[in-house]
Amino acid sequence: MRVLPCGDRAVLLDCASLDEARRWHAALRDEADVTLGARTVLVHGDPAASRALVARTRPQDLEHTVGELVEIPVVYDGDDLDDVARLTGLTPSEVVEAHTGRPWIATFAGFAPGFVYLSGGDPRLDVPRRSTPRTRVPAGSVGLAGTLSGVYPRPSPGGWQLIGRTYVPMWDLDADPPARLRPGARVQFVEARR
Amino acid sequence: MTFLVERAGVFTTVQDRGRPGWSDLGVSESGAFDRLAAHQANALVGNDDSAAVLEVLGGDLVLVARHHHVVAVTGASVEVAVDDRPVAQGRAVSVPAGGRLTIGRVVAGVRTYVAVAGGIAVPDVLGSRSYDTLAGLGPDPLSVHAHLPVGPPSGRPADVDVTWSPRLGEATVDVVLGPRDDWFPTRSVDTLLGEPWIVTAHSDRVGLRLSGTALERSVTTELPSEPCVRGSIQVAADGLPIVFGPDHPVTGGYPVIAVVTDAHLDRLAQLRPGDQLRFTRTPRMP
Repeated sequence: MRVLPCGDRAVLLDCASLDEARRWHAALRDEADVTLGARTVLVHGDPAASRALVARTRPQDLEHTVGELVEIPVVYDGDDLDDVARLTGLTPSEVVEAHTGRPWIATFAGFAPGFVYLSGGDPRLDVPRRSTPRTRVPAGSVGLAGTLSGVYPRPSPGGWQLIGRTYVPMWDLDADPPARLRPGARVQFVEARR
Repeated sequence: MTFLVERAGVFTTVQDRGRPGWSDLGVSESGAFDRLAAHQANALVGNDDSAAVLEVLGGDLVLVARHHHVVAVTGASVEVAVDDRPVAQGRAVSVPAGGRLTIGRVVAGVRTYVAVAGGIAVPDVLGSRSYDTLAGLGPDPLSVHAHLPVGPPSGRPADVDVTWSPRLGEATVDVVLGPRDDWFPTRSVDTLLGEPWIVTAHSDRVGLRLSGTALERSVTTELPSEPCVRGSIQVAADGLPIVFGPDHPVTGGYPVIAVVTDAHLDRLAQLRPGDQLRFTRTPRMP
């Protein structure tokens, strides 16, 4: 792990992998305002103080970075389900089995409030983004891009392959916290009837 | 205690010091773009620094006071009037009950700040009254006929003028190189620091998009999404820099070559399309 400068109000921890970044994020999140990336951790605050904090901190064991298990029921009738089946060489029902076969890990946020990139799924689910992004993807859409999955928290443009939809709100300002998924959560998708 | 919005302006939002600490949920800091101007406006009317103010882009705002209010206008240089009578900017001004406060044409700069004694008292979202234009979070931008609630005044208006100078067409800001300056050849860093950049019309609270000599990269692989801060100078696929503003995305997929120092972020708020921006490497590496 290298500590990189990031202006005069933050430093960026550049890690070798997402797992290493998750371990640093878990070790620092009670001590500082930190943000997780795909293989980086941003530590907000005075750079000298952050460098000192990092120097006296050991990354958390990976098993301790795993948070609560969140079940998300999904109706698998997405417009791109057949395309995903074709791209992966699976049948549509095998795509659903792969998506629900093991828990995903909520990694880092971005794109929109409540959107979290999910990793650690079945490696057979590896698909490119759509060549032409949709101008409007409905809230609750469940998508795939590369080896990642995610749930759109609100209507927005998007290029992910849509395989289903959920009625569980990903972003609710009346809830505490407002985001259903936080970094570290394990996410188990469950097939729901229409 | 309310104002009635008679004309909403080109784009007027409520802003305060923003909502730091929510980036892990995908929420950016947001908050007043020109923090110094917002601070000055609040100080002039006796508000605490946490009070919400109006950030007025492009003028053309008319507010009708339901009660007597004390206001102050700072930031970009604009024509200000109370009941069609010109009043000074940068000092506390009384608006009588039924009076009409007009923020007219912008003379210099971009963003004007209007503080009211007591603060704009719209409900907060995640601890802030700031409107985040990227996330669509916080109180909606002002619309005609809206009622703007005002809180009870807490302090005494300051009997002073704030010194302020309209920025005229150019700015120089300090930057700290990194975190990804090593993704660029030395000549690109030299270009960033040596040549003037022009602010384009595609600039807003998310970021200032600049035109100039495209920066080449030495590392051309895709950058795994990483968190970024306000002031980050991200170099997009076309080689042109975007300087992130208060409503920047929480994570970005392009390398950040340098970051504007905190003390110089406010200067970015008042640059117009066509204005010139230069970057200077700060001597102190934190």
